[in-house]
Amino acid sequence: MTGRIVVVGASMGGLRAAEQLRAAGWTGAITVIGDEPHMPYNRPPLSKGVLAGKAPFESLAFTPKAAAADVEWRLGAKVVEARLAERTVELDGGEALSYDGLVVATGTRPRRLACPGPLTGRHTVRTPADAQGLRDELTRPGVRVVVVGAGFIGCEVAATAVGLGVREVTVVDPLPLPMVGPLGELLGRALLKRHEERGVRFVLGAGVTGFEGDERVTGVVLGDGTVLPADAVVESVGSVANVEWLEGNGLDLADGVLTDGQLRVGGRPEVVAVGDVARFPNARYDGVPRRVEHWSIPTDTAKHAAKVLTGAALPPFAPLPTFWSDQHEFRLQSFGAPVLGLGDVRVLDGDAEGDVLVGYHSGGQLVGVVALGGQAAAMGAARYRAQLLKQPALTA
Amino acid sequence: MKVVVDMNKCQDHGQCVFAAPDVFSMDDDGHLVYVSGPDEALRDEVEEAADVCPLQAIRVED
Ligand SMILES: Cc1cc2nc3c(=O)[nH]c(=O)nc-3n(C[C@H](O)[C@H](O)[C@H](O)COP(=O)(O)OP(=O)(O)OC[C@H]3O[C@@H](n4cnc5c(N)ncnc54)[C@H](O)[C@@H]3O)c2cc1C
Ligand code: SF4
Repeated sequence: MTGRIVVVGASMGGLRAAEQLRAAGWTGAITVIGDEPHMPYNRPPLSKGVLAGKAPFESLAFTPKAAAADVEWRLGAKVVEARLAERTVELDGGEALSYDGLVVATGTRPRRLACPGPLTGRHTVRTPADAQGLRDELTRPGVRVVVVGAGFIGCEVAATAVGLGVREVTVVDPLPLPMVGPLGELLGRALLKRHEERGVRFVLGAGVTGFEGDERVTGVVLGDGTVLPADAVVESVGSVANVEWLEGNGLDLADGVLTDGQLRVGGRPEVVAVGDVARFPNARYDGVPRRVEHWSIPTDTAKHAAKVLTGAALPPFAPLPTFWSDQHEFRLQSFGAPVLGLGDVRVLDGDAEGDVLVGYHSGGQLVGVVALGGQAAAMGAARYRAQLLKQPALTA
Repeated sequence: MKVVVDMNKCQDHGQCVFAAPDVFSMDDDGHLVYVSGPDEALRDEVEEAADVCPLQAIRVED
């Protein structure tokens, strides 16, 4: 293949794809198109250090590798349509770009709650502007904050808010424990306790049905009619993949873009997907295609996809997912796929009151480990990393 | 090859240690220590470490 590779999405996945294409020997043109005005930056600090005012936005910029210095960046440009059969993408200004290879790297955006009520005062956290807007609210004296959704981002935001001195921070979730979906009950309970001890209030088993207020939100209405007074609301209720621009090409876009085991899209050798938007089967596990919103995935997918796009024959993609989350002064560190082993959860080291290392098993085999606690606990999880890497694939 | 870690950014995640154990390690207090002038043969490992550092604290200079 020669000519031009177009990368759509100029965040971590897009940057890593461009770098890895050069590493894989691609010498043709590379154009990266992204609708944000910024060069790629690191998102995780947005709900942590940036929100806390400890890390300036400038400190988040990735430093592109020297080999990618000649990549063309089209920032502030949105791709509105792709015509895969014609190998073109169209920009919002009407310009059409033809390609020889295409990398889908458009990631996700926050899901919004559809229930009625005013929009002002309701926040999500995905971009620097989001983080700044929320920070402005959290630093107003006496502000009462309701976080809807007790997943990773919700819990991080709640922890950061408490750290900023916000007196009333309430997290609402229909599930009975925080982060219980990905981590299970044992860690869910341990996390609940830690957050409560540090001043976060939880209203669990409760769904949000509406927002009160005229111009601005003043309260969050729950299913049983309770109203939680709120000056600011954070919606952290999951994400939606940015795939609308791929519609009309006969692709499976049910949740992100479906790929094969080589990250190829729609059976086309010249189209691959990377990062949060890719729904790929992991040959390490059961082969069921899933989207994985972990920071390690843009890099892992980009490495594989760049080689595939430049014609290498590779074994099926089989990354070891890794994830971390910083909340208050403790860290969660995960290796593998805990979510596949929620039926058989064992404490491997320590106990839930202090630093703890938890193993997740499927058919008796370890499929994931999660450490909760200080830095030493996180490193404890790493001892199992080699074991997780060596194991034979799980057959469903 | 020269490796520089911005210790103001580093939060001792240790991801670099898994990627390039010959270059990065944790001391007994759980703090990062590293070889600043590793052998050229380790370049791939070091690049990998720079990629996986959650704080993007590692710079590889030629
Ligand atoms: C607040 C926050 C905290 C996080 N914390 C952690 C953490 O602690 N640990 C962890 O492992 N992971 C964390 N993550 C997840 C991690 O940041 C993501 O997995 C990673 O950013 C995914 O990168 P990506 O490039 O695939 O997608 P994205 O970063 O979503 O990038 C996609 C890019 O494409 C652009 N785009 C979309 N549609 C178009 C279009 N049609 N045309 C042009 N451009 C388009 C978007 O604007 C965006 O810039 C966090 C995420 C967030 C938001
Ligand atoms: S991965 Fe980054 S943050 Fe972690 S120890 Fe290494 S340099 Fe520090």
